[in-house]
Amino acid sequence: MATDGLHESETLAALRSEAEGLKGKLEEERAKLHDVELHQVAERVEALGQFVMKTRRTLKGHGNKVLCMDWCRDKRRIVSSSQDGKVIVWDSFTTNKEHAVTMPCTWVMACAYAPSGCAIACGGLDNKCSVYPLTFDKNENMAAKKRSVAMHTNYLSACSFTNSDMQILTASGDGTCALWDVESGQLLQSFHGHGADVLCLDLAPSETGNTFVSGGCDKKAMVWDMRSGQCVQAFETHESDINSVRYYPSGDAFASGSDDATCRLYDLRADREVAIYSKESIIFGASSVDFSLSGRLLFAGYNDYTINVWDVLKGARASILFGHENRVSTLRVSPDGTAFCSGSWDHTLRVWA
Amino acid sequence: MSSKTTSTNNIAQARRTVQQLRLEASIERIKVSKASADLMSYCEEHARSDPLLIGIPTSENPFKDKKTCTIL
Repeated sequence: MATDGLHESETLAALRSEAEGLKGKLEEERAKLHDVELHQVAERVEALGQFVMKTRRTLKGHGNKVLCMDWCRDKRRIVSSSQDGKVIVWDSFTTNKEHAVTMPCTWVMACAYAPSGCAIACGGLDNKCSVYPLTFDKNENMAAKKRSVAMHTNYLSACSFTNSDMQILTASGDGTCALWDVESGQLLQSFHGHGADVLCLDLAPSETGNTFVSGGCDKKAMVWDMRSGQCVQAFETHESDINSVRYYPSGDAFASGSDDATCRLYDLRADREVAIYSKESIIFGASSVDFSLSGRLLFAGYNDYTINVWDVLKGARASILFGHENRVSTLRVSPDGTAFCSGSWDHTLRVWA
Repeated sequence: MSSKTTSTNNIAQARRTVQQLRLEASIERIKVSKASADLMSYCEEHARSDPLLIGIPTSENPFKDKKTCTIL
C-alpha cells in the first residue's frame, strides 16, 4: 500500500545515507595513519644495480594467443593455456612439450598446476574449471580422465589450487569467487561482493592464514576470509579494471595491475594503498604482475608488449624488457625465483633470467 | 507486487552494504610508517636469497647457458 511504499523508501534512504557516512569515516580512519609515503621511508635503502635480464627460452607451439600460465613446484615445468583451446605442459629447461590437451571451448583463460605436480586445472568460456591428472603413460588419453570441478554462470577468469590438490579457488565473469572440493565437485564456499566480473585472484602465502585477494571490473580489490566467505577489506583506488593481483611474499601487502596503466601496492595492516607504479609514458594497461622472491622487484606485463620491472620500495622503474611481439597477457616468477615466465598474444611464452 | 519485491531486495542490499562497511571501518590499522618499515625489512632480510635481484652464478642458474660458443 502507499504508506508501506513510503516507509520502505525512507528506510532505503536512511540506509544509503548511513553507507555514505561510513565510507567517509573509513576514509578518515585511513587518512589518520597516513603519516608518510613508502618511497620516502625507502630513501635510505640502497639503490638497485643494473639489471641484465634476457629471454633465455622461448616456448613455441600454441596456435593462438597465450592467455595464462603457471609454474609447477618443481621450478621447471610450466602449464599454459591459449585462445586456441589448447593447454600445454612444457619442460622449461629443454622447451619440450610434455602434455597437450584440447579443451572443448576456445579462450582457455585460466590454468593452474596442482601442488603435487600430478594434475592441472583449466577453464574459460565453458564456465567450468576442470582438473586433468597428468600421466606419462603414452597410451592414456589425457582428456578421458578429465574431471569437471567448478561450475559458474559465466566465464572462468582465474583458478588456483589451495595448499593441496584437494581444493580449488575460482574467479568468474559472473562476479563471484568460489572454493570447490576437487574430489566431489562440491561448492565449499562462495564469495559475493564484486559488482562486476572478477578477473583475478591470489592466495595468501600459507603462513599468513586463510585469505585470498581478488580484483575485478568494478575497479575493486577485495580480501576475503576463506572460511566465512566474508570480505574483510576492500580497496577502490584504481581507475579501471584490475587485471591481476599478487601478494607480497610476506603476506602483509599485495600488488595489482590495471587497465588504468598503473600498478599499485596495498598494505593490509595499514589498510590503504601505499605506492603507485606509473609513468606518463606508460599508457597501456598492465595485464599481469608478480614479485621477485624478496619482494623488492615487481615484474609487470603490459598491453604495449613490454615488461616493466619496478623497484617496489622506491617506486621507480628499474628496467624495461622488450621481446614480445604482442600484448603480454600473463607473467609468473618461478617458485625458486631464478627466472620468470611471460605469455603473450604473440602465441609464445618466454622465460627470462 | 513486483515493485515491492524489488524494493525489499534494494533494502536487503543496502543493509548488507551498511553491515559490510561497519565491519571494514572497525578493523585495526597501523601507521604507514610502521607498515613501510616492515616491508623494507622483509626486502632487506631476503635480498641475499633473491636470484633475480642480486644475480646468481651462471653455474647455478639452469636457464643460463654454461658453455661458451666456439666458432670452428
